[in-house]
Amino acid sequence: MIGIGILSGMAVTLRNFVGSYFEKDRLITVQYPEERETLPENYRNFPFLVYDTEDAAAGLRCVACKICEKECPPQCIYIVKSDDKKPDYMGKPQLYPKVFDIDISVCMSCQICVEVCPFEAIKMDKVFELSRRERFDALLLRKEELAKSNTYYHKIHPVEAAEVDANLSAAAEAKKKKV
Amino acid sequence: MSTGFHELPEAPLAMTSRLAGELLEVSLGPQHPSTHGVFRMNVALDGETVVKLKPVFGYLHRNHEKIGENTSYLGSMPYTDRLDYFCSMTNNWAYALSVEKLAGIEVPERAEYLRVILAELTRLQNHVSLLGFLLNDMGAWGTPLMYAFREREKILDLFESLAGSRMMCDYMRFGGCRVDAGADWIGRAQKLLDAFPRFLDEFERLLVSNEIVVARTQHVGKLSADLAINAGITGPMLRACGVNYDLRKVDGYGFYPRFKFRVPLGDHGDTYDRLMMRVLEMRESIEILKQALAQIPAGPVMNPKVKLRSFRPPVGEAYGRIEGPKGELGFYLISDGSSNPYRYRVRPPSFINLTILEDLCLGHTVADVMVILGSVDIVMGEVDR
Repeated sequence: MIGIGILSGMAVTLRNFVGSYFEKDRLITVQYPEERETLPENYRNFPFLVYDTEDAAAGLRCVACKICEKECPPQCIYIVKSDDKKPDYMGKPQLYPKVFDIDISVCMSCQICVEVCPFEAIKMDKVFELSRRERFDALLLRKEELAKSNTYYHKIHPVEAAEVDANLSAAAEAKKKKV
Repeated sequence: MSTGFHELPEAPLAMTSRLAGELLEVSLGPQHPSTHGVFRMNVALDGETVVKLKPVFGYLHRNHEKIGENTSYLGSMPYTDRLDYFCSMTNNWAYALSVEKLAGIEVPERAEYLRVILAELTRLQNHVSLLGFLLNDMGAWGTPLMYAFREREKILDLFESLAGSRMMCDYMRFGGCRVDAGADWIGRAQKLLDAFPRFLDEFERLLVSNEIVVARTQHVGKLSADLAINAGITGPMLRACGVNYDLRKVDGYGFYPRFKFRVPLGDHGDTYDRLMMRVLEMRESIEILKQALAQIPAGPVMNPKVKLRSFRPPVGEAYGRIEGPKGELGFYLISDGSSNPYRYRVRPPSFINLTILEDLCLGHTVADVMVILGSVDIVMGEVDR
């Protein structure tokens, strides 16, 4: 009989409507920004630079090797090497980035910079509320804005950061033994 | 770029009388909600009947293939996400497969299983959103699409927790996958899989016997098997005409030969068959997923021999293809031994499936054009690249 199909479709709609009050499965939205879903551990957005200790300028892990700048597919990283060497967090004299800019209006969050970095210096951030007044200046992040502490890294990626710390300290131990 | 208007019979753009035997030219798109992105069709109408149709491409052209020639092999991987942004996992796989073929890279077993799981999840979410959009185009404004997107969102949540991003996954690497899926992820996927058939049953009840859907889709946009084969149509659209051609069976790439599944085939090749083909394929995808999740072995997900940086495959060429949700997705690469491909070419399924749009639409009304276009399953990111 004509119309049965439509009626059974309506029954589905009705079940979904009523069900949305009782089943979590049928209503998966949340009232952002009052309610927020927790971001998964692996969530990635834009890169930031990790620093150890308290001082952001002194503790930066980055040694300005420029690998991320070279590998970045959309070429959104700009680095200028320092002329002098500064002791890094382990006390070894290293070059440091005089300029480290990431244009996050160009960045496509691919994580390749993180994967290629041999010094665990650049990691992915989870900040996503990034609306700005200006189009160009405000989305070009300088070294000072990019530098974030290891504690912050532990807060946003707890499992990954613990692994990284273990690897770094193991590498430091191995080096000490060699010396 | 040709506007497409030159080839149309000469007629003024103003409304003309049908009695005078003149045609009305309509430019549909590029910003019509039913054109699935920035796609434009120049349609010549006799009354309401389509007598000529010219697709106009290129509004979303982003120079993907030329960028691919100037980027390292690894650097092209995130760009492939942006081809067909509904199915970034399968795009990744097709590209990784071509490069692995070019360089002769082995993939660990667990990574192959993960790839199959992710590709089938992608197929589920692509087909489900296609059905939602198709019903949207037919005038079921919003409701079925929201049901479809609700289920899609659950799959995208899985992608996000594994790869870090809902749509731009950038998950696969040459010789494996970027991160391993933990036991909790597999458990979540299993849970989603157990709940999916209920949704599919409901969705089928919503559309299959609905008189309006039947009236709008049956005998509309018929595609003959001969024309489909000659035009190089692939994917569900080809199988809806009754041609048994599925690369998962034909090529047996990945670990697909290990799984038991059937290839659903249509009879008439009309819009209804294309629509049902998606429903049936989702059921088969669920079967594959069940087997894959049960069988997935432990082990590494990356081939340790593959270097991430300064990756240089040997001189040669390779064409890797997979059965994407929309059809045969292939990447053709020529290597001259340097770090960038000498030539990088994509065989996009939805672009090639779109080429016969005029044949499908002739003789139907304007309203049917939208339904036919919806059933072709296009994503402009892939059509224009």
